[in-house]
Amino acid sequence: MLEYLWIVPLLPLLGSAVNGLFGAKWPNKIVNLAAIGSTGLSFLGALEAVREFFDYFAQNHQAFHKPFFTWIAAGNFRAGFDLQMDQLTVVMVLVVTGVGWLIHIYATGYMAHEGGYYRFFSYLNLFMFFMLILVLAANYVLLFVGWEGVGLSSYLLIGFYFLKKSAADAGKKAFIVNRIGDFGFMLGMFLLFKTFGTLDFVQLFARADPWPAETMGHLGTFTIACLLLFMGACGKSAQLPLYVWLPDAMEGPTPVSALIHAATMVTAGVYVVARSHILFAHSETAMLAVAIIGCATAFFAATIGLVQTDIKKVLAYSTVSQLGYMFLACGVGAFSAGIFHLMTHAFFKALLFLAAGSVIHAMGGEQDMNRMGGLSKKIRWTYLTMLTATLAIAGFPPFAGFFSKDSILLSAFQNEYGGRKVGYTLYAFGLATALLTAFYMFRLIFLAFKGKPRYDEHKVHVHESTKSMLVPLVILAVLSTVGGWLAAPAFLPGGTDYFTRFLQPVFGGVEVGGTEIEAHSLEITLAIVAVITALAGWAFAYWMYIRQRGRADELAKSLKPAYTTLLNKYYVDELYAAVVVRPLLWISTNVLWKTADVAGIDGAVNGIAEGATTIGDGVRHVQSGNTRSYAVWVVVGAIVIIAVILFWPATGKPVLGLVH
Amino acid sequence: MVPTNYYVILSAILFGLGVFAFIFKRNVITIFMSIELMLNAVNLAFVAFSQALGKLDGQVFVLFVIVVAAAEAAVGLGIIILIARNRQTLNVERVDLLKL
Repeated sequence: MLEYLWIVPLLPLLGSAVNGLFGAKWPNKIVNLAAIGSTGLSFLGALEAVREFFDYFAQNHQAFHKPFFTWIAAGNFRAGFDLQMDQLTVVMVLVVTGVGWLIHIYATGYMAHEGGYYRFFSYLNLFMFFMLILVLAANYVLLFVGWEGVGLSSYLLIGFYFLKKSAADAGKKAFIVNRIGDFGFMLGMFLLFKTFGTLDFVQLFARADPWPAETMGHLGTFTIACLLLFMGACGKSAQLPLYVWLPDAMEGPTPVSALIHAATMVTAGVYVVARSHILFAHSETAMLAVAIIGCATAFFAATIGLVQTDIKKVLAYSTVSQLGYMFLACGVGAFSAGIFHLMTHAFFKALLFLAAGSVIHAMGGEQDMNRMGGLSKKIRWTYLTMLTATLAIAGFPPFAGFFSKDSILLSAFQNEYGGRKVGYTLYAFGLATALLTAFYMFRLIFLAFKGKPRYDEHKVHVHESTKSMLVPLVILAVLSTVGGWLAAPAFLPGGTDYFTRFLQPVFGGVEVGGTEIEAHSLEITLAIVAVITALAGWAFAYWMYIRQRGRADELAKSLKPAYTTLLNKYYVDELYAAVVVRPLLWISTNVLWKTADVAGIDGAVNGIAEGATTIGDGVRHVQSGNTRSYAVWVVVGAIVIIAVILFWPATGKPVLGLVH
Repeated sequence: MVPTNYYVILSAILFGLGVFAFIFKRNVITIFMSIELMLNAVNLAFVAFSQALGKLDGQVFVLFVIVVAAAEAAVGLGIIILIARNRQTLNVERVDLLKL
């Protein structure tokens, strides 16, 4: 299978093509077969490829790399359809195909009554194809193909209900904001190619490795290239200041939010940073920038998440916040911690979204948490799985999020870039974010599932979802629980931080946090602090939403300016509209459209046409229809020619082409 | 031996008369004949130069011109007959349907 690695991404593409071309006339069952079958086979293929990779690695101790064909060859530039597999790819491929497959299964239940069923699965499979290309690519160019492809699928799926204007607008917003980041990404690629003469991961990193590292504040090649790549990552992974598209992306169907806007696509930025870790490790400035942006985004998005009432919006801001955590981990050099959080986050955030989808399904399309309440008994399975995911994301042991978040916070605490104080600040904000996370997640649970029903019980018939939706929920709940044990820190009985060791061949050289931590006491202290923080978040939410109902509203009233600011998401959308969108529209309308296009280009074209008409109008009188006047013109012409020949033979030669 | 100049001058006079008639006459047949006159003026010049230069090229041209003139006469007379039938006139000033 490893030799035929291309089959893994090709299967979803086939599924997409088959459903897209013929699905319109097929019943849902056959569409399901093509969609789930292709992704399921792809998952099995990936498993087999991973198994073979372990054998391969045991013998060769290096990443598996295989060129399949040359795609672009120009001068000394070569971009091939080359796939590679190393430990980082293993994690990504299994998460993408595994979680992706579960979400496909879920979607067959969720989308069962929607129009455009085949179209949905065609897009979803197309997304799987591009995402697999992204993670399997062995050079930046092929990675960029996947990168743009997932952006396209994301656009198509956000705008799935394209008759709804808000959905169509959200799709466009996602596409355009991503384009800004992609611009940086491409510039970064150009700079890397110009400097190192290749974009192939293995060669590029081998050539870059011996270069001296750039110190803080030194704007060298590595710093600029990394910051440009990170700009692309900011767009794709919804970091400050390009995060604005992700909350709006919730206009898409919920399985899309789970697969693309929580579990896989938005983590592509983290993947790129981790993949380029050798470059980033050469620049302290870039590392610090990644850490600060990640930390700031984590905190910023978490505060917005506190007051949102739309169940999917809360999860969207939570996703932005958790992605910030991943970048924080990468920025402080703990790449494996970042990738580990990426994995556990894929489990519990996919689960949260799917469970939220199940809630929305049960409520007949209601997304406002103010009109839910008391659902825990009616949709027991959904409640239990969602509670598992909440415990995981809030960082309660022994759920997955505890381990991943803990190792990130530990690495932030030990951060060396930019001095100790920076590390402590990052840690403080990270911890504050953990508190906020626990609070808003339990707020969601309490508002939606506890208390008295706040909807019309006669009108809304709350019902548990079908098996096809519940089974993926349960599997993801199990993964959200046990997934973290892979990286159980060494101070716990039986914990060896297997995950970090597993990724050692990839990140080994640059890992700052490392696996061997001398003092376990620090780790234990920080873990206890983290658990206390999570408990505090839970207790605060419990106090505000269960014990003293109405206290939340009072608090909102007493802190009205802060509350409205948060409710309006810090007015960032308005700010962007005023600073970027409206000036751009003004320039487009007045300068580009009305001046350059209408007056300049159209004016030139129309002017030439009008000139021709005017001249023609004047000259047409020559055509009198009178044969004798024509005769006169013939004679006059002949006389002119003869005169030229006789009197100006020198002019006559070039003008009339006469040869004497 | 008549000098070549004389032939050329005669040819020019004939050609000028042809042009004059071509421009100022209104009857289609007259115009047609003036064209023939011009052609033959040219023929005369050709033959004169051929004689003067001692080359046969000019005479070959004359034969071509005569052939073309014959063909033109056939087509031209056909057109004239049609004009006469359709417009009941041979005055070119009244044949101006192509006028803008």
